[in-house]
Amino acid sequence: MQWLWDQPLSWMSAVWFTLGALCVLGIVIFFVTYAIYFERKIIGWMQFRQGPNRVGPFGLLQTVADVAKLLLKEDTIPAKADKALFIMAPALAFIPSFAALAIIPYGMNLQFADVNVGFLYYVALSGITTIAIVTAGWASNNKYALLGGMRSAAQMISYEVPLVVSVVGVAMMTGSLNLREIVLAQEGYFWNWNFLPQIIGFVVFLVSALAELNRTPFDLPEAESELVAGYHTEYSGFRFAFFMLAEYVYLYAIACLTTILFLGGWNPPFPQLDFIPGIVWFILKFLAVVFFVFWVRATFPRLRVDQLMGLAWKALLPLAMLNIFITAAGIHWFGWGG
Amino acid sequence: MIRTEELLLNVGPQHPSTHGVLRLIVKLDGEIITHVEPVIGYLHRGTEKLAESLNYTQIIPYTDRMDYVSAMTNNYVLCYAVEKMMGIEVPERAQFLRLIVMELQRIASHLVWWGTYLLDIGALSPFLFAFNDRERILQLFNELCGARLTYNYMRVGGVKWDAPEGWIDKVKAFVKDMKGRLDEYHNLVSGNEIFLARVKGIGAYDAETAIQYGLSGANLRCTGVKWDLRKNEPYCIYDRFDFDIPVGKNGDCYDRYYVRTEEIRQSLRILEQALEQFPPEGETMGKVPRAIRPPAGEVYVRIESPRGEIGCYIVSKGKAEPYRIKFRRPSFVNLQILPKLLVGESMTNLVTILGGIDIVLGEVDC
Amino acid sequence: MSEEQKQNGARSGEGEAQAEAPAAAAPQAPESAPATESASRADGAKPADEQPKAVQESAETPRQAAQPQAADESPQAPPQPAEAPQQPAAPQPGVEPKHTATPQPAGETQQSAPQPAAGPSQPAATAAGEKRPLTDEEKEARRQAALAARAAKLAAQGGAAAGAAAGAAAGARAAAGGAAAAGGEGTQEPPKPSPNQPKLDRAVQLLKELVAEDAVEEATLNPFNDDMPTLVIRGEHWLKAAQTLRDHPEFGFRYLRNVAGVDHETHMEVVYHLLNMDSGDTYCVKVRTNRDNPSVPSVVSVWATANWQEREIYDLLGIVFPGHPDLRRILLPDDWVGHPLRKDYVPLDPEV
Repeated sequence: MQWLWDQPLSWMSAVWFTLGALCVLGIVIFFVTYAIYFERKIIGWMQFRQGPNRVGPFGLLQTVADVAKLLLKEDTIPAKADKALFIMAPALAFIPSFAALAIIPYGMNLQFADVNVGFLYYVALSGITTIAIVTAGWASNNKYALLGGMRSAAQMISYEVPLVVSVVGVAMMTGSLNLREIVLAQEGYFWNWNFLPQIIGFVVFLVSALAELNRTPFDLPEAESELVAGYHTEYSGFRFAFFMLAEYVYLYAIACLTTILFLGGWNPPFPQLDFIPGIVWFILKFLAVVFFVFWVRATFPRLRVDQLMGLAWKALLPLAMLNIFITAAGIHWFGWGG
Repeated sequence: MIRTEELLLNVGPQHPSTHGVLRLIVKLDGEIITHVEPVIGYLHRGTEKLAESLNYTQIIPYTDRMDYVSAMTNNYVLCYAVEKMMGIEVPERAQFLRLIVMELQRIASHLVWWGTYLLDIGALSPFLFAFNDRERILQLFNELCGARLTYNYMRVGGVKWDAPEGWIDKVKAFVKDMKGRLDEYHNLVSGNEIFLARVKGIGAYDAETAIQYGLSGANLRCTGVKWDLRKNEPYCIYDRFDFDIPVGKNGDCYDRYYVRTEEIRQSLRILEQALEQFPPEGETMGKVPRAIRPPAGEVYVRIESPRGEIGCYIVSKGKAEPYRIKFRRPSFVNLQILPKLLVGESMTNLVTILGGIDIVLGEVDC
Repeated sequence: MSEEQKQNGARSGEGEAQAEAPAAAAPQAPESAPATESASRADGAKPADEQPKAVQESAETPRQAAQPQAADESPQAPPQPAEAPQQPAAPQPGVEPKHTATPQPAGETQQSAPQPAAGPSQPAATAAGEKRPLTDEEKEARRQAALAARAAKLAAQGGAAAGAAAGAAAGARAAAGGAAAAGGEGTQEPPKPSPNQPKLDRAVQLLKELVAEDAVEEATLNPFNDDMPTLVIRGEHWLKAAQTLRDHPEFGFRYLRNVAGVDHETHMEVVYHLLNMDSGDTYCVKVRTNRDNPSVPSVVSVWATANWQEREIYDLLGIVFPGHPDLRRILLPDDWVGHPLRKDYVPLDPEV
């Protein structure tokens, strides 16, 4: 898509942009549909269950049916809720999640926008979702929702710090924040991928990412056993669907980012395997990360809110800092990176 | 200056982690609890009042519905009380069947607790694992008495149904499998750092407090008090079997967890011995007069239910119906300590501590 | 302690003996409950003719022994003489509760009267095939047992009340056992006091010394409950007695197992079951109160566990516990009318 950016904006390119965006939206919605399906299936298997298997062959249409149900549901707004904010919050949560996808490079030439500060762009946009969640919690005029919203704000702000700092090592080794260049810097055998030299950064990134996603073991904002459903307690129907969608789009985005930043993007593990298209490798790695997230969910209990904060500030942040120093030392004395 | 005020939160009566219709009126300062008031009675069915117009056999199904997670022990405590008053001998085979179902029930009940407790803490899978195993026990009960939850199995003087063909072997197979499963569960959960961080040192109290509040069962034993009615005041035929009483040390949620999981192991031990010694044949009902009319007088009996000391106090005036029947429900008594434990804790620990007490609302409200 | 007190103590001992009788008799003559009942009814009718004096002695009948407070001022007093004829047949417990609960005991007596006329052995034989017909010897033996109990009680009045009460209980039990064995008065087994008897005596003694001379209204062993020592304590001394029971090293009842309220129609009763976890002793303590204005001191300050249990009793029986920190309804809604476990409870809305 890069050629579109080089032309002056015309009606033609506007149509192309729109078509491209719709295309990505379609892919994302397809992904979300089947991510939910596979999450349920995988966790089902891990728990000696079948998972969804009624709607469509192997239950493949289960999520479709669920979404259809959500969309057709009556739209309820609590009487004492702050209506404007209540309506705005789901959209505010979803739009940045989708916009953040623009910078993901799936292959050498398969990228919507090649932004030089690609990673920072992602972080900046995903921060907006935090505001949406606090807004939703506040606007619902529900105590559980408020507690969930506040927890979420605290959590996401806290974890954004180690998340960003953990990537600094990668940026230092590549010398760029441009995601395409980061992938290109990891060419060669799999030990050239960033996850080995940046092992500390990788672990910190994964943990922080789980927290950013509000997923087990960091699913406190919607800790069912304490806060009923957290910030979306009062939401139902398609507004609730928007929150769900945003959550899974972020899962998609984080899985892509992990693949790009640490797992070599579209590079095959061995250069000899490069006859297989890069997009296949990308998808495989991406699915491995998604699977990991589901796996964690089936295994771990939930952290307590104070432990969660302690982990971010007392463990992950110092580790990420340490990683920066080690990387700097490595670049200086051992000539790591480019 | 920021003006802060307390947040009044109604936890329940419909809430995922109150395990029923318990309502807690919680005052929060931020996420720190400053005051708790439990409100109960949403499930009050007046069992004791109803029982005054029913004969003893008719009361048995009502006991099923008190602690519906452990109906067998409830059956037993009523039958035991009446047998004690009337001096009825229960035949050997019936005693064994009673003991076997009570221990199976204890395992089932602890499994339910184990699963739901971890669900409270945020772990999803153990819940389903536990219910899988419990399902096998329920199937065994189903074969035995045709019901999965409210069994109405025991009668004054014995049990209603004899074990069907091959049932004992099925129980043996279950006991064998369950031992392995228990180890797997420990591998999955008991050493998990997150889990330990959630439960260690949370909701701790000492033995003196536990006794003051009349706690029983694992809630008492977690403080190190070695008190198990199966050993201390043996009933049924528990004195014939060899088993230990697991006790904790610190009286925190972890010790309660430890005591309960270890009790599953001890129950399996009892079952193994009981199944070996199970009499191949014999009566399942003792000599019981046609009309069950305990002589005038009163009796208080108590047994160790999975939740603690369940007692039955009967005042009889020589009629077929009890003049007054009172059940000492362990959940009801144990729940009293909750407000004391919660003040100063965070909202998250509310769930951990409440789950650790292990209440069944059917029993609390009776 | 007044003379009346002593009598009460002794009477309860007698009641004890009656309650004990079936247990003692059971091994010798396995008999179903209905058989016992009809047999004893037949038995009871005859002494009614022979012993009109028993009517006058109705104050000493076991039912009242169990309810000493009610004996004098109870409005139900008139029916008692009519009931009395059955009561000389004291060692047969089957009879007594049945008739006390029957509104027309006189009618009952008349119904049962024809039975002995048909011959002493017949009613029993029809009731249960295996039942031995009651011979005159046996009846005589039973009467002897009752007399023995009374004699023991009289002896008790001379000595220390509580200890003697227990002695009477033991003596009467032995007598009952002897009667069941159809032995004459000469062949009575030596009294076999329960191992709990010394504990009970000691408890009464201690409570008297430490709490108040008249703190203990009654002290018995509950034969149904492995001879559980059962103390009836006066309401006004209950709080102090509770503290003593918990803190005194010889009691050490730190654990309160159960609190139950009972509406006995003549009076209300709150029943506490106490446990000493070191020795394993369980005692039962009862506190009685009147029905019109029931009130028992709260023991929440002694055992925290009493809190909700007292609230439950307040809720369901309407007994007030002065000193309770938070006495509200607990199981029923706050606006509920009445206390359902009271025997005179009428639902406000019968549809519910």
